Amino acid sequence: MNITGLLAWRNLWRHSRRTWLTVGAMVFCNTLLVFLIAIQLGSYRMMIDNTLSAFTGHLQVQHLGYLEEQKMRQTVPEAAALASRLAEEPHVEATAARAVTFALASSEQRSFGIQLTGVQPALETQVSSYPGLVSRGRYLQQGDDAAIVLGSILARNLKVAPGDEVTLLGSGYDGSVAAGVATVVGIIDSGLAEVDRGVAQAPLAWFQQVFALGDRAHSVVLRLDDVNRAPMLVPQIQASLPVGESLVALDWDQLQPGLREAIRSDMVSAWFMYGVLIVLVALSVLNTQLMSVLERTREFGVMLALGLRPQRLGRLVLLETIFLGLIGLLLGVALGALVVLYFDAYGFSYPGMAEAAARFNLPPRIYPQVSLLSLFLGPLTVFLGALLAAVYPALRLLRLQPVAAMRAV
Amino acid sequence: MSAIHCRDLCKTFHQGEEEITGLDHVSLDIEAGSFVALVGPSGSGKTTLLNAMGGLDRPDSGEIVLGDTRIDTLDQGELADLRLNRIGFVFQSYNLVPVLSARENVEFVMQLQGVGAQERAARAEAVLAEIGLEGLSGRRPAELSGGQQQRVAVARAIASEPQLILADEPTANLDSHSATQLMELFVHLNREHKVTFVMATHDTRVMRYARRVVSLQDGRIESDQRTPEAVE
Ligand SMILES: Nc1ncnc2c1ncn2[C@@H]1O[C@H](COP(=O)(O)OP(=O)(O)OP(=O)(O)O)[C@@H](O)[C@H]1O
Ligand SMILES: [Mg+2]
Repeated sequence: MNITGLLAWRNLWRHSRRTWLTVGAMVFCNTLLVFLIAIQLGSYRMMIDNTLSAFTGHLQVQHLGYLEEQKMRQTVPEAAALASRLAEEPHVEATAARAVTFALASSEQRSFGIQLTGVQPALETQVSSYPGLVSRGRYLQQGDDAAIVLGSILARNLKVAPGDEVTLLGSGYDGSVAAGVATVVGIIDSGLAEVDRGVAQAPLAWFQQVFALGDRAHSVVLRLDDVNRAPMLVPQIQASLPVGESLVALDWDQLQPGLREAIRSDMVSAWFMYGVLIVLVALSVLNTQLMSVLERTREFGVMLALGLRPQRLGRLVLLETIFLGLIGLLLGVALGALVVLYFDAYGFSYPGMAEAAARFNLPPRIYPQVSLLSLFLGPLTVFLGALLAAVYPALRLLRLQPVAAMRAV
Repeated sequence: MSAIHCRDLCKTFHQGEEEITGLDHVSLDIEAGSFVALVGPSGSGKTTLLNAMGGLDRPDSGEIVLGDTRIDTLDQGELADLRLNRIGFVFQSYNLVPVLSARENVEFVMQLQGVGAQERAARAEAVLAEIGLEGLSGRRPAELSGGQQQRVAVARAIASEPQLILADEPTANLDSHSATQLMELFVHLNREHKVTFVMATHDTRVMRYARRVVSLQDGRIESDQRTPEAVE
């Protein structure tokens, strides 16, 4: 075996307690980082999944410019047919067409301006979680005609309940006045005020008839087998759209730009905390290596006298740190993996989390993301931090003179 | 040709305000194959002279030629190579790398020289056998006596087949028996391998092994005597 490697390895165990203490700090930090990062990535995934599966979907097909302006006339022609065609594309799990307009909703007692959505009842349940949140009555069904479901706050404001009628007044696709009367069949109660105040859904066919849309709608919503595939699928979906209709495929990042922004800012604050941990570990490595270099000054002096180049001493110290770091890395990743696999099987929650989650319609437990990235990102950063910390003690050795070193006590 | 040629070496150390004379116009020629003892009281400049001859420390002025190489003008890297390939060192103590076995200590220098693993192992075993340590090659320095440690250091020094071995107080920490053993080993190597030995010592037990005794005082050569044996 290479004697420098041997030397480095054995030097590590000269003060085995000190080495284990440093390794222990590393392992602790690495395990913690693996757990925190896996939970963090898992919760981002959950946040994305939940936000998107509520209503937005992973991808949408819209008329060019509709996202910004939401004009009645920016439509997707033959929307229902397009939706069923897109459902056949690889990696697409479900699709549904939607039409949207602003209308004045009136009950016997009150009137409110609302955003009314026309949905394909059977398909909508596959791309959105709203249909599952009906607390009274039922969601729309295939064959419903003049039916409507309302958010709970909206229903309360209008003072309507299932069975009551709501009159809707707006303008049609052709600019004419559009009016219809629909019977409330269900109330959606999501627990989110914004949703409960705003949701109003009616069957697409009825919507198209009342607002003179023909077979047009405003979007086709797609749910994919994996949300991460969305950006890659955009070109494929775009290519399958009819030409000459100014239709665009948009992924969730374009549809909900705030989501990634929120994740990014959360990531920054999380890494600030991780950074503090990593610096602490690096300082403990610095301390260990500096001490071990200082106490070996005489020995290094003899080695230099024999004709060893100072650079080799520097490399020796770096090699020792690499061994030290690798032990910390491997043990930390192994221990972290055990912790993460446990929570992958049983989920992670803290006291009060289930209640809070239920209120916001989130799952009661977080499942960590188990991936090479979540397992190695933290420990590798710690490893690099440790190496960086060893640079200073290593550099000090470059200035060591054999005679002075041998005279040292 | 002499093995070492020193002319007019001066070295002054500065300790704060104080100036300490290390070497004061020292000129000395040492023939190849000779066995020289540098003697003198503590602080007389033995180590300073040895360090200058071994390329460990540079004199302030003067000229040092080792074989055919002028060394006082070499840079640090060149000096390191010179020490590695042409000089063997034995110091007073802490000679060995504590975490390496006797054999690994001997091999270590050969590895630095780029000797292949097989040859390294073979030569290390041979050298350790020659100095009578064949059974102890697997022991770490802490498991060896002081005399055995010094002999391992000698084995390491001769394994690289140097022309010159410089020893600074090699017997200072040894009992008489071990000191005698070590000196007999030196004499043996000096005769068999024609290695030039220069040894700093104030141990009278060992001075008699030398065939030339150079005595220093305050950084100057006070006397330079050849024992009759050397003239034989
Ligand atoms: N690096 C240094 N800094 C300051 N003074 C030094 C240094 N090295 C040697 N000296 C001084 O130079 C003088 C000669 O020292 P040197 O070590 O050569 O003596 P020595 O003959 O080897 O003594 P000893 O028998 O004690 O080993 C001494 O006065 C010593 O204190
Ligand atoms: Mg001395």
